[in-house]
Amino acid sequence: MPLMHALVDGGADIIELGVPFSDPMADGPTIQRASERALAAGMSLRKVLALVEAFRKTNTTTPVVLMGYANPIEAMGAETFVAAAAAVGVDGVLVVDYPPQECVAFADIAKGAGIDPIFLLAPTSLESRFDDVAKAGSGYIYYVSLKGVTGSAKLDLDEVAQRIPLIRERVGMPVGVGFGIRDAETAKAVGAVADAVVIGSRIIEEIEHAGPDAAVARVTAFLRSIREALDSLGEPRL
Amino acid sequence: MQMADTPYQMPDAQGHFGPYGGVFVAETLIPALDSLREAYAACQKDPAFMEEYRYELRHFVGRPSPIYLARRWSELLGGAQIYLKREDLNHTGAHKVNNCIGQALLARHMGKPRVIAETGAGQHGVATATVAARYGLECVVYMGSEDIRRQAANVYRMKLLGASVVPVESGSRTLKDALNEAMRDWVTNIHDTFYIIGTVAGPHPYPQMVRDFQKVIGEECLTQMPEMTGRQPDAVIACVGGGSNAMGIFYPYIPHADVRLIGVEAAGDGLDSGRHAASLSAGRPGVLHGNRTYLLQNEDGQIIETHSISAGLDYPGVGPEHAWLKDCNRAEYVGVTDAEALQAFHDLCRYEGIIPALESSHALAYAAKLAPTLGKDKVLLVNLSGRGDKDMHTVAEKSGIQF
Repeated sequence: MPLMHALVDGGADIIELGVPFSDPMADGPTIQRASERALAAGMSLRKVLALVEAFRKTNTTTPVVLMGYANPIEAMGAETFVAAAAAVGVDGVLVVDYPPQECVAFADIAKGAGIDPIFLLAPTSLESRFDDVAKAGSGYIYYVSLKGVTGSAKLDLDEVAQRIPLIRERVGMPVGVGFGIRDAETAKAVGAVADAVVIGSRIIEEIEHAGPDAAVARVTAFLRSIREALDSLGEPRL
Repeated sequence: MQMADTPYQMPDAQGHFGPYGGVFVAETLIPALDSLREAYAACQKDPAFMEEYRYELRHFVGRPSPIYLARRWSELLGGAQIYLKREDLNHTGAHKVNNCIGQALLARHMGKPRVIAETGAGQHGVATATVAARYGLECVVYMGSEDIRRQAANVYRMKLLGASVVPVESGSRTLKDALNEAMRDWVTNIHDTFYIIGTVAGPHPYPQMVRDFQKVIGEECLTQMPEMTGRQPDAVIACVGGGSNAMGIFYPYIPHADVRLIGVEAAGDGLDSGRHAASLSAGRPGVLHGNRTYLLQNEDGQIIETHSISAGLDYPGVGPEHAWLKDCNRAEYVGVTDAEALQAFHDLCRYEGIIPALESSHALAYAAKLAPTLGKDKVLLVNLSGRGDKDMHTVAEKSGIQF
């Protein structure tokens, strides 16, 4: 929880909180390792919800989006999960392996409880998919900026710059861009065309390298550098 | 007897078998699965493609595989007659190659020069490496480092065939982790890579496609059994890990309502021990590896580590069509322990001169339990899905022998 507050202090507008899963198929080595550490330490979906509840005692404004895989949610039961998430103050849910066509019922339950179901779009997504996520989703779109898994190295800025306005117009939601944003420079370049930049693996690397004592300070400092870069772009579009 | 009024048509257009199956993957994989589905649908209807597939099965694999009456073993057991479908006689020594040929031809048709695969026991990896060499495709096989240790001979076979074998160090370092890693490779290299999944699991269209490339097993039996015995068997028995050999022999028998279909899962140290891989007998429905199916999981929905003496059955999920066949009571699923499978392994060696794979030994062990409860006029058909040469080290170790 101190890390969640550190993210806010560092300038994060939204916190995406990962729910660990034993088989994180869409994630690269950094988030896999983080999931394995979290599970070994006894973390679970219920405990993540408790963490949000504790965070909400001192922060009632920063939106919190849970990000994870379908099975822990199905094990708890979709309705039980959504009710519990709404009760503790979760604002959105991104289930990596729930594409729109497989989770119509879940998305409706979430929306009914005031929780945004967030969906991904990828460089390879056909334009017909834009309509699917526009219909099923709400809140924002998470645009996966490259082929591959989380934490990969390369990012095609031209491709991002070309696709984002198209998606924003067709879907009618703000578009956040993630996968491959590693420093202030890439954040600024992506921030110039996207409504938000999403950083995951890179923050976890900071935490891994810092160790428990220095993690809060390093994460805050890292995010400040991103925040400054984004602020230099002028007024946010959001 | 045929069930004339309700033809079995699974899956639906979205890949659902009732509540099971489907496409539970990240958005990044959706376009690849869409184009695979389209290419497969086109090839299924293409006489030239199917003709080449059948030619390869006949001349490269050696099909049709024979059916053999295990006469001495049946007499010893003192009940039903046990017939064996000899998939162990296929080129590469197991049923896996039937599917690999189909998918490799599809890869070539789609213009993908590189194929990847996951493997547990190594049989699917060997079959994939074999067809990759046969068709001149680059081949990368992901294998858990724990399985690499258990199946050293198969790792060497894959390398001889020109494949790269990539050890997977994440999670439990077994089949499920190899599958995760192969998916990650695929999502990164979609432009030039075809993912050859080895079992009837994964996102649509894999469960359907792998079943269709394996159904030749059951189709041959439908012809061969009446030729040998004058009728269809009373029960068809096959081991189930992911479940491809079982779906291959079950599927053509589904409309034959009076033929029992019995899937045998790995009960490891016993279903009560917690050390097993029996997803249908002891699991709950959930979502893993792109499909909804029965899974071995804890109460938080985390996938748990499984155990079986047979690496090929050591998987926490199962193909979604088996989940459906279980729920609608068309197939029965039972468990056989490591010890029971080993006993059947030794008995088949001694009484029939056939060394079966440890996976197939689970199906044999259940036949050995069932046969004595039935009359001598009853007929059991067991899918002998693979040969046991790869298991020499495991069996010897259990007997306290070191090479």
